[in-house]
Amino acid sequence: MAYDGSTTGSLAGTLESSIPDGPLADKWTNFKSTAKLINPANKRKYTIIVVGSGLAGGSAAATLSELGYQVKCFCYQDSPRRAHSIAAQGGINAAKNYQNDGDSVWRLFYDTIKGGDFRSREANVHRLAEVSVNIIDQCVAQGVPFAREYGGLLDNRSFGGAQVSRTFYARGQTGQQLLIGAYQALEKEIAKGGVTMYPRTEMLDLVKVDGHAKGIITRDLRTGEIESHAADCVILATGGYGNVFFLSTNAMGCNVMAAFRAHKRGAYMANPCYTQIHPTCIPVSGDYQSKLTLMSESLRNDGRIWAPKDAEVAKKIREGELTAKDVAEEDRDYYLERKYPSFGNLAPRDISSRSAKEVCDEGRGVAKTGLGVFLDFSDAIARLGEDTIRARYGNLFQMYEKITGDNPYKTPMMIYPAVHYTMGGLWVDYNLQSNVKGLHVLGEANFSDHGANRLGASALMQGLADGYFVIPATLPDYLVDQTPGAVTVDAPEFAEAEAQVKERIEKLLSIKGTKTVDSFHRELGLLIWDKCGMARTREGLEEALKRIPEIRKDFWENVKIPGTADGVNMELEKAGRVADFIDFAEVLCHDALNREESCGGHFREEYQFTKDDEAVQSGFTNEGEAKRRDDEFAYVAAWEYTEPGEEPILHKEKLVFENVKLSVRSYK
Amino acid sequence: MSQETLVFRNECTNFAGNRFILHYFRFSPPIFLQKGIVLLKKPEMNALGKALIGFWESSIGKKLIVAVTGVMLVGFLIAHMVGNLLIFQGRESLNDYAYFLHHFLHGWGIWIFRLGLMGAFVLHIVATIALVRENRAARSSRYAYEATVQAPRSSRMMIFSGLTVLGFVVFHLLHFTVRVDPDLAAMKDPMDPSRHDVYGMVIAGFQNPLVVLFYIVAISFFCTHLNHGISSLFQTLGLRSEKTKWITGKIGLAVTVILWLGFISIPFLSSVNILKDKGVPEKSAAHSAVIEATTES
Amino acid sequence: MNLTLKVWRQAHANDTGSIQTYDAKDIPEEASFLEMLDIVNERIILDGHDPIHFDHDCREGICGMCSLTINGVPHSKEKGITTCQVHMRKFRDGDTIWIEPFRAKAFPIVKDLMVDRSAFDRIIAAGGYIDVRTGSAPDANAVPIGKHDADASFDSAACIGCGACVAACKNASAMLFVGAKANHLNRLPQGHPEKDKRTLALVRQMDAEGFGNCTNQYECEAVCPKEISADVIAKLNRDYTAAAAREAVAD
Repeated sequence: MAYDGSTTGSLAGTLESSIPDGPLADKWTNFKSTAKLINPANKRKYTIIVVGSGLAGGSAAATLSELGYQVKCFCYQDSPRRAHSIAAQGGINAAKNYQNDGDSVWRLFYDTIKGGDFRSREANVHRLAEVSVNIIDQCVAQGVPFAREYGGLLDNRSFGGAQVSRTFYARGQTGQQLLIGAYQALEKEIAKGGVTMYPRTEMLDLVKVDGHAKGIITRDLRTGEIESHAADCVILATGGYGNVFFLSTNAMGCNVMAAFRAHKRGAYMANPCYTQIHPTCIPVSGDYQSKLTLMSESLRNDGRIWAPKDAEVAKKIREGELTAKDVAEEDRDYYLERKYPSFGNLAPRDISSRSAKEVCDEGRGVAKTGLGVFLDFSDAIARLGEDTIRARYGNLFQMYEKITGDNPYKTPMMIYPAVHYTMGGLWVDYNLQSNVKGLHVLGEANFSDHGANRLGASALMQGLADGYFVIPATLPDYLVDQTPGAVTVDAPEFAEAEAQVKERIEKLLSIKGTKTVDSFHRELGLLIWDKCGMARTREGLEEALKRIPEIRKDFWENVKIPGTADGVNMELEKAGRVADFIDFAEVLCHDALNREESCGGHFREEYQFTKDDEAVQSGFTNEGEAKRRDDEFAYVAAWEYTEPGEEPILHKEKLVFENVKLSVRSYK
Repeated sequence: MSQETLVFRNECTNFAGNRFILHYFRFSPPIFLQKGIVLLKKPEMNALGKALIGFWESSIGKKLIVAVTGVMLVGFLIAHMVGNLLIFQGRESLNDYAYFLHHFLHGWGIWIFRLGLMGAFVLHIVATIALVRENRAARSSRYAYEATVQAPRSSRMMIFSGLTVLGFVVFHLLHFTVRVDPDLAAMKDPMDPSRHDVYGMVIAGFQNPLVVLFYIVAISFFCTHLNHGISSLFQTLGLRSEKTKWITGKIGLAVTVILWLGFISIPFLSSVNILKDKGVPEKSAAHSAVIEATTES
Repeated sequence: MNLTLKVWRQAHANDTGSIQTYDAKDIPEEASFLEMLDIVNERIILDGHDPIHFDHDCREGICGMCSLTINGVPHSKEKGITTCQVHMRKFRDGDTIWIEPFRAKAFPIVKDLMVDRSAFDRIIAAGGYIDVRTGSAPDANAVPIGKHDADASFDSAACIGCGACVAACKNASAMLFVGAKANHLNRLPQGHPEKDKRTLALVRQMDAEGFGNCTNQYECEAVCPKEISADVIAKLNRDYTAAAAREAVAD
């Protein structure tokens, strides 16, 4: 598809983040005090499209409808309650300081910005920390059953190595309970007539009129009908792109299509190389595998991670000739304890993930596929007794046994890292508006708050902050200058976009090749996992950039999609998504190639501390630690789409740190 | 743009307390949507009448009616069984009891009682049939592979066991209440020929092994109905909980077993001649002689 | 392992549909049930036919989207799991497996094994919420909630809205789903002001959607992947009766 060249707003090389003036702690208050408002009688004249119904989309749609706007909300699932926010287990952070342990908005802000390896905007992150307290109030009032103490007050726990207990949780189902809260609020507004819900409907294109996002083209996944929807602005809350790796902890349907369509229409894609890998997933068991399952990181509190010292032994374990028990203590390599003696098995996610990869790359992996290491509880069971371990991890052990058929009380678990969350996304300013006017992006789909890495229990916080509190306050800033209802589906841009969408579908169906959609997705995923996964090199990325066009060519020549475009056709749905994943993978690799540093969820092997570095010699940090290059790369890389196969254009938003001092982490 | 056609409309009462109509449109493409909520005028009917009709129309309301009438019917069964067991005390007790039933409140008592019982019985059946019809409609297509995980057999044949009960009740009423058999109808209490000999009638009535077999089978069916019915009462009346459920099922079973033994003992023991007509007891004969003498003087 | 599948195929909502037989050859024991269907579908596609359509999304037992019955039981006979958590090692080589959609009039079939469960959404829309305007909430610790009530509410809130309770019920009753939502919200002090209206609205919408009635067989709780107890139905019966009585006579 041709690039329409009608981006508005920024010049190449600079991006305007519209951060309000004033001291950091006052910016959001100042913004709210001076923000433009829309008269209540006028609000109902505005129509807002919200794509996605997860924590961000669902809460935004409900809240905007409460305010009086007319909302159209879309999701590809059969109900808004199914969005993948539901799968978040751990919890949600908020600077409530209910535990009296010294937490504050500032600390949450600082921990988040430091956790993001100093690659996020101070003002955005501070706002996130500020509204975090309102989120908890809102959710409790909605009936979200957070864990409580016997006195009836809310319980908190410390999560992801935080020094304070600020994480609110609802057993292992925090995401589910928060989503149900937002979903119920959304349904309430649907019944009142403020929201029109379109389930089983997928956005296939963004429509711009006079440079502003004014509508979308959708496909009804039941009938195949292509429809135009016009509105006064468009909000995307369509989640992350983790499924570009094929295997991830994301839901099967999670895809980048809506965001990528917007990207093709001129919205910049920011920092896609920041992808979070979770170290404790159940390893892949075979080619047919469709999905990876996450197990709580808390397992690392008592489990010891190891692999055989000898690759030959590992090979025998893989082939079933030996078991873990046959490996003598002195032949085991507890590599995290060895390399990071003070942190041991609790080393940070990225370090722990990368170390597992290194071990497996050396041929010492123990799972059937060679990709897996042991997480061994035998010492803990010997020390604490099986009952204590059962009390702590019983449900996780049960889940593991259900999936693998192995009993972790008897044989060590096997784990391997998997893609879990993606920090990058569409570029947005302080108002969550992308460089395309009228297009707002919320939640995981935008790039804004997590920088290069996301702290545990922060994703839920960001999604809800964006939806309940930020967008309702910032949206009028755009809408106030728009004449409500000025653009209708009669605008020629809609017919044009519809024609393009239909053409693409017909093209896909007409190929009638010999390979299934999944086989392409698998091929792409493996490549990206290999070359742009846990550890990246210039060489690997360049190779990936060479291979992606080949996959694309193969796809458009040989994909086989049975059936027609009328009615339900899941292969056609997947094909559209995979086609966009292929194109998106190029942006991802370009970004990873461009960012010649290691930070957060992006690790370039060329940029790590070596024994020659002073910081290592002085004992401040370790060999192999990520090496950030603040002088050159303290910016947001926002990419402008050009053509498939062509290098996208880089726009930089310089990150200014006025309130925090950039520091290097040390896990000594 | 899409075409929309009205598929159906629901009248509901929403949260705000307003009656409204939900219009379900089928769009082409067909997405079900709720649109255009139309507020209705407050109905003319008074609140109580509205609430009663609403209650009957609701699934839970009808189930509650089934449960409450069920309680009444079980209560009747227990009383009936206790009355029946008087047969083991002999002719006089049973016939006195029968005489009492027919004459308390100047003979009105039994009719008031019968009408109440009839009302409960009819409501029980009417509500159940309405529920069954709704249930059949709700599951219009069946699984090719039918499976049950934990529903007990008795619960799965409630309507059949219930209909068996209905047939049995008709037979039983014709047998012992209307007494279509002229021989049974003509039996007189040897101690007081002015009154019917219920005692003799029951024993005579159970001399036919086919009748006895029918009673035993029907009562057993009846009891499977009771077993599920009585345990379900607690659930429908909202009395079953995590803490009480261990006992509710046991109560159902216990009441059922007691009723089964109590009811079945009479036809069974009659048929095997353990319970037999012992004629007029001497003491009673003397007693009636005294009565006669008194009347004469 | 090699299996024979008996699968319900139905091209669209108005098609009559029928059981079709498929051979599932060389299925790895480690595969999940849905991965087994993926493998079968891959072969169907390469043969040029329409693959078996089924709903699924998270594949970790929480989104509630997977919805088929395995040998007549929603989510299979194994307790406390969803279809996506069923693994092939639970089957034996040579088994015949019957795979059908959830059957209920209120869940019309969309295609093959996919059904339309939007009736559940409409029930929630009718009253399955606490009406709190964003931004108007008091401090989260302003109203303490006893642990017992909080836990009981949570047990009900675990519902994932998959519809297995309806599919397992011979009357296609939605009482477990509605009972769970009523108990989740009615138990909490925040939900108290709207308790009666909520209960009445939920039940009336449930009835209007054409679900059947509970006959206390508890098949629903046996198949519920979140093991929600049928006690919530007793609680709903009680709350409904009280609400209806108050509606009729109270000021």
